[in-house]
Amino acid sequence: MARFHLAAIFGAAFAVPLATPAIAQQVAEPGKLLLTNGISTVEGASGGGLAPWAVIAGNATRDGIGAQASATVAELPDYDFRSLAIAVGAWDRIELSYARQIFDTNKVGGALGLGNDFKFDQDVWGVKLKLAGDVVYGPEWMPAIAVGAQHKKSLDAPIVTAVGAAHSSGTDYYVSATKLFLNWSLLTNVTVRATKANQLGLLGHGGALGDSHQLQVEGSAAYQFSRRFVVGGEYRTKPSNLAIAREDDWWDAFAAYGINRHLTATIAYTDLGSIATFEKQRGVLFQLQGAF
Amino acid sequence: MFLAAFALILAPAPQDAQPHAMPGEEPVEPYKVDPANAGATPFEGEGMARAFHGRPGIHRIVDRFVDSNFADGRIGEIFTNQDKIRLKRVIFEQFCFILNAGCTYTGRDMRSAHKNMGVQQGDMNRLVENLQAAMHAERVPFAAQNRFLSKLAPMRGNIVER
Repeated sequence: MARFHLAAIFGAAFAVPLATPAIAQQVAEPGKLLLTNGISTVEGASGGGLAPWAVIAGNATRDGIGAQASATVAELPDYDFRSLAIAVGAWDRIELSYARQIFDTNKVGGALGLGNDFKFDQDVWGVKLKLAGDVVYGPEWMPAIAVGAQHKKSLDAPIVTAVGAAHSSGTDYYVSATKLFLNWSLLTNVTVRATKANQLGLLGHGGALGDSHQLQVEGSAAYQFSRRFVVGGEYRTKPSNLAIAREDDWWDAFAAYGINRHLTATIAYTDLGSIATFEKQRGVLFQLQGAF
Repeated sequence: MFLAAFALILAPAPQDAQPHAMPGEEPVEPYKVDPANAGATPFEGEGMARAFHGRPGIHRIVDRFVDSNFADGRIGEIFTNQDKIRLKRVIFEQFCFILNAGCTYTGRDMRSAHKNMGVQQGDMNRLVENLQAAMHAERVPFAAQNRFLSKLAPMRGNIVER
């Protein structure tokens, strides 16, 4: 019953101009296969945690509208990272997402003269359009293909420009191809992103070492042990535009468990490299995601 | 002599080797019998048939799968007017053929078989889940389940209504 009320609320909030009964039915009777809505990336788009995939958020199929929300926490040696995200997926075709990222500098903030526990905050607004293919169905060698954009706006503009960023906001563009190769129980994703974001944009965009969009590659591979359980890894290259601090590629190894159709729990070991001159930021990431 | 006669009774008559409807089944519109109607090429070797515990295992999976679809609260109504006896037979043949467990497929092709059934994507996914549950109950290893689904997944375009 609670689910139905939630559906009614979301129906009212997001789907007023559409045929409400059909949507309500789909929302109340979710139709995606387990885990095929992916897990929220730290930037809000559905995918594999770090890289956006060519999947659409929420449990609805091409006949409905769904949504998901997540909380992600990464505990690193010198920092804490939080991301709260919500995404709406319509007709298994279009996804709109929003994430608020909170990057707590703990004692590093004091060392950098920002004050202990200074937090870099950022809003990320995302849109994704699935162009073709399907992650599960259809020809074996035809992946789902999607394009997307993410507009990122730092809420600490004076600080990020002080550390050398050319801009406090900017937009990434990406294309993703994702396929679950059932024959090997292997899900693979490749994303190519044009970006000039420094540390996802938490430290602004561009800098003394570069201020133009560069192509970066994000790869994911995950083995499906059961309907509910997948284990995989991701690698994400990043530009390094700031003169004051080198920026490293990121990678993680994750395990995701579909507790049920509405709840996915993820744990990951993640290596975020050097951040603002503090090396070896390796730690554990947790995420809980709700979807309908 | 007796054994030979018995075999003759059991074996289908040569001129009508692949009847369109077997005894106990409702009549169907005539169609061209062709194993290619199964919509997928069979696996090579015996590995997949073994993983599904041979024809007895495939029978148990198909019985459970078809029964669960008829009883399903969400997609059951799609099956209400379907011939359950025939459905169990042709799906068994199809699975057995694809799994290379020693059968041929005599049913219709996937597009004709699902025409005007109004199957939506969510229905198809529920059907897949019911099949997964049936394979799980038969203790088919998950990797083998997925390998089998890799033969069925490309059929989606002929089953789901656009």
